[in-house]
Amino acid sequence: MTVTDSAGHFGPYGGRFVPEALTAALDQLDAAFRAAIIDESFRAELAGLEHDYTGRPNPLTLARRFGAECGGATVYLKREDLNHTGSHKINNVLGQALLTKRMGKTRMIAETGAGQHGVATATAAALMGLECTVYMGESDTKRQALNVARMRLLGAEVVPVTIGSRTLKDAINEAMRDWVSSVEHTHYCLGTVTGPAPFPEMVRYFHSVIGREAREQILAAEGRLPDAVAACVGGGSNAMGLFSGFIDDESVQLRGYEAGGQGVETGKHAARFAQGSPGVLHGARTYVMQDEWGQTIESHSISAGLDYPGVGPEHAWLHDTGRAVYEPVTDTEAMDAFAVLCRTEGIIPAIETAHGLAGAMRLGKTMGPDALIIVNLSGRGDKDVATAARWFGMDLGAGVEVSEGR
Amino acid sequence: MTRHASLAAAFAHAKSENRAALIGYLPAGFPTAADSVRLINQMVASGCDIIEVGLPYSDPLMDGPAIQEAVDIALHAGTTPETVLEVVEQVVAAGATAVVMSYWNPIERYGVERFATRLEAAGGLGVITPDLTPEEAGDWIAATDAHGIERIFLVAPSSTDARIAKVVESTSGFVYAASTMGVTGARTTLGSAAGELVARTRPATDLPICVGVGVSTGEQAATVASYADGVIVGSAFVKRVLDAATIDDACIAIDALTRELAEGVRS
Repeated sequence: MTVTDSAGHFGPYGGRFVPEALTAALDQLDAAFRAAIIDESFRAELAGLEHDYTGRPNPLTLARRFGAECGGATVYLKREDLNHTGSHKINNVLGQALLTKRMGKTRMIAETGAGQHGVATATAAALMGLECTVYMGESDTKRQALNVARMRLLGAEVVPVTIGSRTLKDAINEAMRDWVSSVEHTHYCLGTVTGPAPFPEMVRYFHSVIGREAREQILAAEGRLPDAVAACVGGGSNAMGLFSGFIDDESVQLRGYEAGGQGVETGKHAARFAQGSPGVLHGARTYVMQDEWGQTIESHSISAGLDYPGVGPEHAWLHDTGRAVYEPVTDTEAMDAFAVLCRTEGIIPAIETAHGLAGAMRLGKTMGPDALIIVNLSGRGDKDVATAARWFGMDLGAGVEVSEGR
Repeated sequence: MTRHASLAAAFAHAKSENRAALIGYLPAGFPTAADSVRLINQMVASGCDIIEVGLPYSDPLMDGPAIQEAVDIALHAGTTPETVLEVVEQVVAAGATAVVMSYWNPIERYGVERFATRLEAAGGLGVITPDLTPEEAGDWIAATDAHGIERIFLVAPSSTDARIAKVVESTSGFVYAASTMGVTGARTTLGSAAGELVARTRPATDLPICVGVGVSTGEQAATVASYADGVIVGSAFVKRVLDAATIDDACIAIDALTRELAEGVRS
């Protein structure tokens, strides 16, 4: 499925709802993106970075013992956690950093929730000699202190955002405000498949390598397409990257798992499809958690990266057309899956990713032992060790307290 | 000061006095609905020609810290679009020439047609939409045409001449020229960008062109008034209210600022 018109709409979703001051920059970005992706030298440079720097292609790992916990289904993990910087986020950032240089800009700014996108942006900025500022909700700087330290080590300025809910939503507001003021020399490296056009389409393009590799790898390993591909969905970039490889294969179910927080019935969640409605947030029309007056409702999730009241507009369209199915996964279900993966496969996943794993466990039990499922292992869980230790009531001693920060 | 029946009449009145119009912004419901009516009435009494009644929104990404804080206070006070329409109705009844300034989602959620209907009934004359551009405004254009509501879009220093032509084609009432690349809030100095933007916009339209973002003093108002048809002041009013200990103090501060700005547009 592709963008359905030149203004970046996916059905009724997407588009551009931004201050006029940003229109010129978005037009410039759109033109630079479209020129770059048909330019062999750009494609070769990006492919070279993916291979030599990120470490792609990453494996598609058969998870036998985890599969046994998924109703006996055959489950493969797409190992985005093995990328340099530890998540899928680097795919998008390297592409946008190259575009930043092509546009002659010298600074990148980014928002970050869990810190994975911020770390990836700081990394690419260091690699390419760009200045970097990352906006992060103050609440998130506390629960993801390790990533704050990583960004600072990489030379980025991290700005804790102290307004609103102090999470990802507010970090995006602040990044947009910075961008309006600095757009002449600054590129806003948006970290997911939402925002004003061309971001949703562009970010999906840079992540499409996930689905492309996974499709080739599963055909090589199993000689057939999977029955389902599954991923967690915050903004939805890792899911869009995986889905894009299978979207035209009608037999492949596309499954997205959003944060059910403390339970959809409690109101403390980030389940946009379960409880949200179409609206406009951060430059795009999409599903939004909003009250009857159109005010954004604060989301809640144990996972900073899924704690966002909006979702990528292409997901909204995939949802409405029925091509993809989205379900909430609670904090508890995600942490249970987190523990299962640790102990069955020796892989500590990011808590975001654990939502997709919980979804695969649910899906496998429904589909049965003949099912073939790919789960996007979108990120590794080093950053979440302190949160997980607290969740499981483990005493890890003073060292963890330090890395947790205050 | 008496209410003008149209924005055109308000600008014609200012022009007849050989000056620019003064446009003052305050969010409805800030700090409470009743107090915002009182403050706006003060702005009108002290010399604002047109009032921009702000519709508080949870994610005001074109606004700086002062307005963010004000809308936060308004939202915590329970302000809804219904409150905003009631405030418009009350200040219009008291003699204000009023438009609404709103981010897009609350209007879309309220219902585009319903909002235009209710605003017309309340006596509001137009709506400024800072995050809606003409490309996404199909339903809005139809609804505002049907109800005689002026559609005020923005141009910015980064807008190309072709963009300006496209934006003003869909605009009515007046053109809002953002003075600088940035969010709302007082600036100690205003650069040359605003004057250049107005000069580039002039050939594209016969509509009045008003400059906003960053204007906070009588001196700045005088400078802007030398090349624009209207001077828009928002954060400076909001700041006066935030800094006041009581609503009476806020009224006194608003009166003083309005008089200073009104003198500026007349110099």
